[in-house]
Amino acid sequence: MDLQTLTYIVVGASFALYIGIAFWARAGSTGEFYAAGRGVHPVANGMATAADWMSAASFISMAGLIAFNGYGASVFLMGWTGGYVLLAMLLAPYLRKFGKFTVPEFIGDRFYSSTARIVAVACLIICSITYVIGQMKGVGVAFSRFLEVDASTGLLIGTAIVFLYAVQGGMKGITYTQIAQYCVLILAYTIPAIFISMELTGSFLPQVGLFSDHVSGTPLLTKLDQVVTDLGFGEYTAFTSNPLNMFMYTMSLMIGTAGLPHVIIRFFTVPKVSDARWTAGWSLVFIAILYTTAPGVGAMARLNLMDTIQTGTIGAEDGNLQYENRPDWFKNWETTGLLKFEDKNGDGRIQYYNDKSADFQAKADEFGWKGNELFVDRDIMVLANPEIAKLPNWVIALVAAGGLAAALSTAAGLLMAISSAVSHDLMKGTFTPNITEKQELLYARVAMAVAIVIAAYLGLNPPGFAAQVVALAFGLAASSIFPALMMGIFSKRVNSKGAIFGMLAGILSTLLYIFMYKGWFFIPGTNMLANTTENHFLGIAPEAFGTIGAIINFAVAYVVSSMSAEPPKEIQELVESIRVPKGAGAAIDH
Amino acid sequence: MGGNMTENTDSGHAYWKANLNLIAICLVIWFVASFGFGLLLRPALSGIAVGGSDLGFWFAQQGSIWVFLGLIFFYAIRMNAIDKKFGVEE
Repeated sequence: MDLQTLTYIVVGASFALYIGIAFWARAGSTGEFYAAGRGVHPVANGMATAADWMSAASFISMAGLIAFNGYGASVFLMGWTGGYVLLAMLLAPYLRKFGKFTVPEFIGDRFYSSTARIVAVACLIICSITYVIGQMKGVGVAFSRFLEVDASTGLLIGTAIVFLYAVQGGMKGITYTQIAQYCVLILAYTIPAIFISMELTGSFLPQVGLFSDHVSGTPLLTKLDQVVTDLGFGEYTAFTSNPLNMFMYTMSLMIGTAGLPHVIIRFFTVPKVSDARWTAGWSLVFIAILYTTAPGVGAMARLNLMDTIQTGTIGAEDGNLQYENRPDWFKNWETTGLLKFEDKNGDGRIQYYNDKSADFQAKADEFGWKGNELFVDRDIMVLANPEIAKLPNWVIALVAAGGLAAALSTAAGLLMAISSAVSHDLMKGTFTPNITEKQELLYARVAMAVAIVIAAYLGLNPPGFAAQVVALAFGLAASSIFPALMMGIFSKRVNSKGAIFGMLAGILSTLLYIFMYKGWFFIPGTNMLANTTENHFLGIAPEAFGTIGAIINFAVAYVVSSMSAEPPKEIQELVESIRVPKGAGAAIDH
Repeated sequence: MGGNMTENTDSGHAYWKANLNLIAICLVIWFVASFGFGLLLRPALSGIAVGGSDLGFWFAQQGSIWVFLGLIFFYAIRMNAIDKKFGVEE
């Protein structure tokens, strides 16, 4: 059976499964709609959280960034897993004890202020929309390859499907669908990784294969370092030139993970406080399966790509792949526009090397190479990987389904967080408390529609690769929501003024820093400074600024609080009560 | 609820203190495994070879994640025991 047909069958079957489950588990009440009736077992919830949270950025984009940045991409590996430690110890159990539906609801109650609640809604919407943009880029990549269309068309088709998928939702439906999506995406990620690891190193586990010997006898990483440096690229395992930026970047992703509303609301769906702790652990188990596989996938994909293009000795006349003889995957990806070849020296062969390295360009001049001729969008690496490694067609079809599952599950979770913030916190909670349940749902759907249109528009002109856009969203969450939640639990002294000014100072400083380098509202060409390391404050990238934003948030909140009255007694008692697990079951009935 | 709280204030404080101590221990390990071994201490540990690279690279791309996992389960188990000891479990 040819690849196209097989892909349609596998992707079609997975979609039918999700829709079937969503229909079977559809929500009957607002409790089920927002928090799945709080009846989800920690293992099941952990799996759903893993799918919710592992997005197109994790599935499609991350290994590509690892492949091209090597050690530098460790920020994603540590950042997106380490945040669960913070979540498990600093936020999840107490928020579950509090026992409401949304993050702004906690902030509004703890800081006894509807202004605080509205500011929290604004922060939540800003970071969730930024996050959805990253998803849309990923969805566009996956659909463009799968339907063999241009990446922009792919994005528009993807948008339509995500929209249809998300509005039927409700947390209960989403939770059970996400369990199925987790199974699809993890199989799709690990099966090709195992195949490739066997092929290159003979070891079954990519986690082990990465640190084993290549079939040629030298260790895989040593060989990779050599292959890339031979063509003028930076050494794969080399230490970073800017540890401060890497530190800030990792920290920003960690505290952002703990502050992302669509992750936090998962912890409202478990029955007990102790279950919230277990859920964090199980989530990380399911996430770690992918995250410990990713470094192997990245390194092996890079090695395979280099070997495909540079078939013989560097500089030899027949050392490079002839364009005419390029493999099928190459042709397929060319139609998406995400892989480009430009024959600069007119020899009909593909030269892929680092033409920004002056030393190597000098050598390349001798070979008659007139510049790098291959442009690879990092986001295609995972999807192209099984094809590059010549794996069977069913594996390739499965990877397409996995990428779509990852993007869809996260987009659904994010849209859920946005729409519940608008309908539950803004409309029902603040402006129009008397609306019926039906009207509340209508607002939820309109909010989803608006959010997805904005995200699709910006997804057409993304400010970076999927994982980098997502990193910005984490920075925004890190600078606004995480500090407010943490202070709400661990301090009895921080008051409403402190929280409001803290959140505003945190998110505005971070937004300002991002827009300065990425363009106002991410619109290309409107940036005030070129986005280069020399221009960055202390070399800190916009993606890494969330850490500074969080520090600003904490500092402002403490200073403002210490200058104004302490919170009322009943609020201090509320803080006491969320610190103790006893009585969380009762919160279900409210 | 209010009466219950005042009655248990001392044990309530002790419970919270036990929790904070446990969190502090876990976060120190969390920091050392990721930001320490995986990043800041990597140059110092570069002499220790692990399969084609060094220990710092392994911690940054594998080890830190395994440590995180261990920490969360350790915290959950210890915390459930502490809940029971102070009689605040559900």
